[in-house]
Amino acid sequence: MKVNVTVNGVPYEREVEPRTLLAYFLREDCGLTGTHVGCDTSSCGCCVVVLDSERAVKSCSMFAVQADGHQVQTVEGLANGGTLHPLQQGFWDQHGLQCGYCTPGMLMTSVALLKRNPNPSESDIREGLAGNLCRCTGYQNIVKAVQQASAAMGVQA
Amino acid sequence: MIPAAFNYLRAHTSDEAFAHLQQYGAEARVLAGGQSLIPAMRFRLARPAVLVDINAIRDLNVLRVNDHALTVGAIARDSDIERAPWINDTRWTLIRDVSRVVADPVVRQLGTVVGSLCHNDPAGDWTAAALAARAEVAVRGKDGVRHVPIDEFLVGSFTTAVGEGEMALGVHFPAAGDRTAGAYHKVERKVGDFATAAAAVQVSLGADGTIREAGVALSAAGPCAVRVKEAEEILKGQRPSAEVIRAAGDAASRRSEPQGDLRGSVEYKKNLAGVLVVRALRQALSRLGVQA
Repeated sequence: MKVNVTVNGVPYEREVEPRTLLAYFLREDCGLTGTHVGCDTSSCGCCVVVLDSERAVKSCSMFAVQADGHQVQTVEGLANGGTLHPLQQGFWDQHGLQCGYCTPGMLMTSVALLKRNPNPSESDIREGLAGNLCRCTGYQNIVKAVQQASAAMGVQA
Repeated sequence: MIPAAFNYLRAHTSDEAFAHLQQYGAEARVLAGGQSLIPAMRFRLARPAVLVDINAIRDLNVLRVNDHALTVGAIARDSDIERAPWINDTRWTLIRDVSRVVADPVVRQLGTVVGSLCHNDPAGDWTAAALAARAEVAVRGKDGVRHVPIDEFLVGSFTTAVGEGEMALGVHFPAAGDRTAGAYHKVERKVGDFATAAAAVQVSLGADGTIREAGVALSAAGPCAVRVKEAEEILKGQRPSAEVIRAAGDAASRRSEPQGDLRGSVEYKKNLAGVLVVRALRQALSRLGVQA
């Protein structure tokens, strides 16, 4: 069936099978491979995208047809031209990644988290990221990265 | 892992969804949050021929408290509850506790209370809470909407009173008196894992300080969530005390019929169920200013 999904502000009209998962739609039909597929079973959070500027969702556990008519933001939609989003800058500055596989999901979950709660405590951040697994960092630097972004975005506003 | 092919039907009204479900019967499944259904379809544990998507049905997006009940519509998300304005009302502390520990915070963005009840996983969180709070589920069938008490709704593992061609519209948690509080205690190996054991309790105190009503239920303690009637009877009419609470916990351990697995042995899980009931009762009472 035909779907029209706006990804990072760009409308993508595509013909998809209903069983096409949003993660694969983004990667294979839209060519946006920044959204990673890790566990493929809603456990790891690598595939998180932001739906309608509001909800962080696991795109491996949602069908593309469900996103028809909706807005999706992926990691490709974060940077503004050559300027990194404050969260990306935070991950860079604080070494919030090693292999980088979980990073798009960490970033997108954090985008929604900071939108809902611009000044999260350390435990708010740890709880908010509890659905995202990282096997490299031990999470310490990811938490610091989100704290840095929270502070930077507060200054901006 | 891609699900088997299916026909996708998006309903915009309950009437439309119901008509689809009536037409396709056992071939069709309702798609709400999809956080259990879609992984099950990916593992090919579920292969519905038709999915009826109810996410566009606005009048099912309900989360409302009135004098009688908290009503949660079929597409209200777990994460909506975490942010509801009444969330700090002591009467809804059981609901609040559960809404914070279902699956993980991202899954809770889409996952629904009603979907969890309909899925009726043996280790579900909302099923145990619904038992302790004595909820009712509104089910639409051929003869209209009927309100099914939760004890009748939960038929067995992954089986409910929702028949072929029927759909659950919402769940009602009755509003108890002012001196009511609950608590939910779950042990899990990691966030998002199935519970090793979990206990849901809700207690109401009378004017004389005795326990007027008590709800006690366990998850991961049988084919589906179980009510611990014996514990409820032990508590009812009593003044809160360490002895009464311990007796209720012991009753929960006896009632628990867990399966031994990599999360723990049967003996361990039975013991844990009792410990969690004791902790949850203490916390619920302390929320009412009673130390026991």
